Amino acid sequence: MAEIKLDSLTKTYGPTQVLYHVHADIEDGEFVVIVGPSGCGKSTLLRMIAGLESITTGEVSIGDKVVNGLEPADRDIAMVFQNYALYPHMSVRQNMAYGLKIRKQPKAEIERRVQEAADILEIGQYLDRKPRQLSGGQRQRVAMGRAIVRDPQVFLFDEPLSNLDAKLRVQMRLEIRKLQKRLGVTSIFVTHDQVEAMTLGDRLMVLNAGYVEQFGTPIELYDRPATIFVAGFIGSPAMNFLPATAANGTVTLGNGVSLPGADGVSGPVTFGIRPEHLVPDDTGPIRVCVQLFEALGANTLLHGVLEGTETAVVVSLPGHVTLEPGETRSFSAPPAAQHLFDSDSGARIEP
Amino acid sequence: MVENRPFVTILAHLVLIFGVALVALPVWITFVGASHDGARMLQAPIPMWPGDQFFVNLRQTFLGNGLDGTRTAPVWMMMFNSLVMAMMIAVGKIAISLLSAYAIVYFKFPFRMGVFWMIFITLMLPVEVRILPTFEVIADLGMLNSYWGLTVPLIASATATFMFRQVFLTIPDEMLESARIDGAGPMRFFWDILLPLSRTNIAALFVILFIYGWNQYLWPLLITTDANMMTIVVSIKQMLEASEQTPQWNIIMMTALLAMVPPIIVVIAMQRLFVKGLTETDK
Amino acid sequence: MLKRVHFPPSLLPYLLVAPQVIITVVFFIWPASQAVYQSFLVEDAFGLSTEFVWFENFTYLWNSRQYLDTFGRTIYFSAAVAFLSMSFALILAGFADRVIRGSTIYRTLLIWPYAVAPVLAGALWLFMFNPTLGIIPFMLDNVGYDWNHYLNGNQAMCLVIIAAAWKQVAYNFLFYLAAMQSIPKSIIEAAAIDGAGPFRRFATVIFPLISPTTFFLLVVNAVYAFFETFGIIHAVTQGGPANATTTLVYKVYNDGFIGLDLGGSAAQSVILMILVIAMTVVQFRFIEKRVQY
Ligand SMILES: Nc1ncnc2c1ncn2[C@@H]1O[C@H](COP(=O)(O)OP(=O)(O)O)[C@@H](O)[C@H]1O
Ligand SMILES: [Mg+2]
Repeated sequence: MAEIKLDSLTKTYGPTQVLYHVHADIEDGEFVVIVGPSGCGKSTLLRMIAGLESITTGEVSIGDKVVNGLEPADRDIAMVFQNYALYPHMSVRQNMAYGLKIRKQPKAEIERRVQEAADILEIGQYLDRKPRQLSGGQRQRVAMGRAIVRDPQVFLFDEPLSNLDAKLRVQMRLEIRKLQKRLGVTSIFVTHDQVEAMTLGDRLMVLNAGYVEQFGTPIELYDRPATIFVAGFIGSPAMNFLPATAANGTVTLGNGVSLPGADGVSGPVTFGIRPEHLVPDDTGPIRVCVQLFEALGANTLLHGVLEGTETAVVVSLPGHVTLEPGETRSFSAPPAAQHLFDSDSGARIEP
Repeated sequence: MVENRPFVTILAHLVLIFGVALVALPVWITFVGASHDGARMLQAPIPMWPGDQFFVNLRQTFLGNGLDGTRTAPVWMMMFNSLVMAMMIAVGKIAISLLSAYAIVYFKFPFRMGVFWMIFITLMLPVEVRILPTFEVIADLGMLNSYWGLTVPLIASATATFMFRQVFLTIPDEMLESARIDGAGPMRFFWDILLPLSRTNIAALFVILFIYGWNQYLWPLLITTDANMMTIVVSIKQMLEASEQTPQWNIIMMTALLAMVPPIIVVIAMQRLFVKGLTETDK
Repeated sequence: MLKRVHFPPSLLPYLLVAPQVIITVVFFIWPASQAVYQSFLVEDAFGLSTEFVWFENFTYLWNSRQYLDTFGRTIYFSAAVAFLSMSFALILAGFADRVIRGSTIYRTLLIWPYAVAPVLAGALWLFMFNPTLGIIPFMLDNVGYDWNHYLNGNQAMCLVIIAAAWKQVAYNFLFYLAAMQSIPKSIIEAAAIDGAGPFRRFATVIFPLISPTTFFLLVVNAVYAFFETFGIIHAVTQGGPANATTTLVYKVYNDGFIGLDLGGSAAQSVILMILVIAMTVVQFRFIEKRVQY
């Protein structure tokens, strides 16, 4: 078991820099999810921790040891790949045993550990099959099995669920979560899917174009997003952003409507409010012209524009609501659900 | 078939059967020639149907001392030489191509591209264009009349190296990454993962190279002056020459038959691998 | 080109490429450079002294009627072999592509000549055309045509062309059939709905679509006819009668090993090398194109 420390990690490929000074202290047994849009450097970061990618500057420590110079095999980690990377010519059993065999474990010990891992993952009856004879979900389990037999200090996952269909993905997500809690192994999980990230992680690292935007618990990220990027990335449907101007403790939206706002802020700001936080209120200040709506059953999504502007606004209304395109609805925004961001830097402005 | 035109289908079969017959005719004549006694094969017109001397001729050819008036060794010995040559060439080419393709794809080292281009150049230098100087090299190294001299100069292969390079490039990167996390070193990865994954390609290439090796002509012709080192394919020429004085067509035809049967069996028995090898290595 | 992850630097890659590199240097690059060097030398008749003569060997060849004739003859030979074996293979492949059941059987029955060594192909056809015994002269005699390739240069050329083309039919057939089978069925069906009958479809749809294969095979057949038919010529005609079947490769061998004209033979080798390089470049171009259909 081990904590992981990333100290000012940087990565460049020739002239292009893909990671900028990544810091993180990951606790023993913690489940950290690295999330961000594709191409932002998530895999690169994970592979640097695994030792598959060289470190340009900075340090990676696992346990108390700096592992920069260590081979992947010597870092005591296990990795689950997006395409599983099972050895196609070996049976499930051989796949799982391969790493132990190389480490010259006694035969009986290998057999015992493979059996144990197979029991945990319920793949006991497939042990003698080849990977191509398994379904996607079963392969995924074998890939997990290959990681857990080694009993490593750290699990690394690189989008392991993205090749599964939607239903299986949800199911495997829960299983990974349970398994990780049960084994208590420090884990880092990469995904571009924010729902996956929110449900899996003890803490989330939001990465954008090589920069860490925020590193915190799912609730922190939801309640107090540090940047516009995080605010827009976390939560579904995404937060509404309305251009506004702040002065003298009020925030004035594009259509001239004013709301009470933060003191000591002036100039252009971005006003943020989540669709589910707009409360129907006939006297509310935020008036939205309905363009269309989607009835999702549990809730209804209203798509419209802020009255008098072209700014799109989405509202999530509980239950069934019937709306007429063209009509105008009013909403109020509870102060606690309002977010203000600096329009230039995108940074959060604390009230 | 797109539409039902029995006439065209029947025509297709007729043309194909005619084509097959035409292609097979020389071999049929050879087979017939190998099944009559020597005297019968001197009267024109020669027979078109097999005689009853096939096994007599087979025995005499296979175990005998070669054709009268030639310096050839017994046919069984020449077939053995051909087999050794074909095997050494096929195995040698595959082995060194696998190794160099592995180095080129999985290692980053100075001169990597230099090595790649050097291998590429061999594509442009068939034996036929460097006959004399290569012969001199072999002579200087004392490799005339040896299996090594017969095979080693033919073992370098750009084609095979490029094919394995292609195969390795299609193996997902994660295979190596996974193996490295499992603790496999370079040679272990090569044996445990890469070789098994290239199995069918190796087999396909083996089929092609076995035929290539067995059918070598110019090189063995130059390198073997000792009758005991001669290969069966080369001996045909000697027999044809001798036939101008003492025509023993039954024996010559039997020898020709013995010379072509092994590679033909390989092609037909391993047709799928053969087709795969041919289409994937097509230079 | 290279995997994104590779093994840490070590001596190993050098050891891995060493066998290939050593063989290439000793048996390919060194002899080839020797050939280039020798092509600038003239040796006297007794092999006692050599003289550096720059391009004299080449200008000699350029002015040699015999060499130029050989060049032309080789091109004629190659073109004839390519045309004969490719058209025969094309017809057979076209019909084989049509029959649903049995196309693999026909394939089996047609590809085995690939395994026959050129020299054996030569021996087989030599026997078929043997002026006293062969069945073809026998049949030709019945229609009043006299065959003797030992005396008649054209007939000798005809014989080696047939023997060389015969062996290559298998290869061409295989590639043509594969190309035709890779044409999407829907295209053929569309042409049929447009009212094109089988022969018309072949001429206007299938043949144009497989033209990349035709180009590819042209190059492969040319290389084959230039370099790999040595055995046929050597065994069947020894370049005769009166040089009527001497090709470039046969002449290199003959001038070098039999005539012992080192400089001349080396100069011819160098010219062949240039030809191979040109053909290889063309071949690679076409392979790139071939992938696209
Ligand atoms: N070997 C490489 N050479 C150059 N650029 C690379 C290389 N590998 C990745 N990149 C770049 O680094 C960025 C991050 O890639 P990656 O970590 O794979 O993103 P993701 O977050 O989708 O996993 C991408 O813009 C990618 O183009
Ligand atoms: Mg990725």
